[in-house]
Amino acid sequence: MEFINILEWGVSILLVFFALAAVISKKLLTAIVFLSVLSMAAVAAFALLRAPDVAVTEAVIGSGLVTFIFVASIRGLRKAGEGL
Amino acid sequence: MRKVFAAGLVILFGVVLLLGLSKTMDIAGYEDGLISGKPAEAYINKNVTEESGEIIYGETKDAETGSANMVTSVIANYRSFDTLGEVTVLFLAAVGVSMLIGGSGKEKKRKKSGFILRTAAGIIFPVMLITGIYIFTHGHLTPGGGFPGGSMIASSFLLLYMADEKFSLKLSGFKFAEGIAGSLYVLAGAAGLFIGGYFLMNFLPTGTVGTLFSAGIIPIIYVIIGLKVGSEITGIISDMLKEEVSV
Amino acid sequence: MIRLASLLLILIGLYGIFSTRNVIKILVGVNIMELGVNIFIISVGFVSGGIAPILTSGSFSSALEFVDPLAQALVLTSIVIGLGITALGLVFARKIHSKYGTYDLNAAGGSKDD
Repeated sequence: MEFINILEWGVSILLVFFALAAVISKKLLTAIVFLSVLSMAAVAAFALLRAPDVAVTEAVIGSGLVTFIFVASIRGLRKAGEGL
Repeated sequence: MRKVFAAGLVILFGVVLLLGLSKTMDIAGYEDGLISGKPAEAYINKNVTEESGEIIYGETKDAETGSANMVTSVIANYRSFDTLGEVTVLFLAAVGVSMLIGGSGKEKKRKKSGFILRTAAGIIFPVMLITGIYIFTHGHLTPGGGFPGGSMIASSFLLLYMADEKFSLKLSGFKFAEGIAGSLYVLAGAAGLFIGGYFLMNFLPTGTVGTLFSAGIIPIIYVIIGLKVGSEITGIISDMLKEEVSV
Repeated sequence: MIRLASLLLILIGLYGIFSTRNVIKILVGVNIMELGVNIFIISVGFVSGGIAPILTSGSFSSALEFVDPLAQALVLTSIVIGLGITALGLVFARKIHSKYGTYDLNAAGGSKDD
């Protein structure tokens, strides 16, 4: 197979794997970390689809600011695993 | 029990969605169609209102928008009214956050940070600030624009919050700058109405495609948007770190 | 292949919203759905063999074959609005926690005569 096909398959498998890990995990902090990694995989997908503006915007907003406002909301809990 | 119901419902919806979509488009591949015939062809060739020939980087003078980045010319010139609506929605979200939390709350206590973070923040903060300003002033030449540039400025202030436990911003200056920048966008549109005939018209001369002083009013609009988004998100970050006054 | 992954991402986000009672995990599911929709819109505008829609000294003429720039402009707006919605939702979650003491939506009900 060509190199581009291998890259596309790899990025697609990573996207689905990280999304499943974020939804299934029992602790809250683990889910937030997996969401941040998922947005980095989405930046790789945007770069493969030839969209540089969208990739830069998602990199700055999705992995820096969204992760911060999630973590700042669960800081006061004694155990971060108060999830269901 | 709840998870079994959720899985069943999602599988049912998923089967309907995938079967319906596979009849109109090719799900596992991409279409080989060309751009011609779609509405985006007029945006690429820059002949929406008047006829023009081929656009060449560095040579064409006085084209319709004159910006080398096509996504920028769509956002800030052809569809500028939608960008005004988006700036309004972001403003509403910031006002909602500030009304529900802000006011007279004290800030939560932060721990003293380590040695690496304190030293590195002094070096990285000016570099991040200048990179953010570079991204939104060159929005018509390189990928990026006003929105990631303003967010990078807000992230640099977040880095200062993390590194120093006694740092706190005076928010009144930021909220004042945000209001001024928002009104300047509407005033630029009204100036286009008086000079040319329709709201948000591009009334400055567009020079050669590819140089820094080109594309008319587009760099000015992106500087306004970059300052507005930067001060807005800094306000949201500073409000999220406050202590909660009991309801 | 990326188009199929984005449709699966929408379905996984929907499962994440239905299957939990914690407010913060519901917001994580909403974020996953938004990512899926954005990737799907850009993959609709992709042209095989096209190049990125920006004129540089390498690709200097407007007669080459470009990828659709209109889809990318719409997704840029959508990403920034998603940030605003997530911030507002988390502020509501904090208000729920400070009034009822928990993030669980079943335990945080009102009284019967509300």
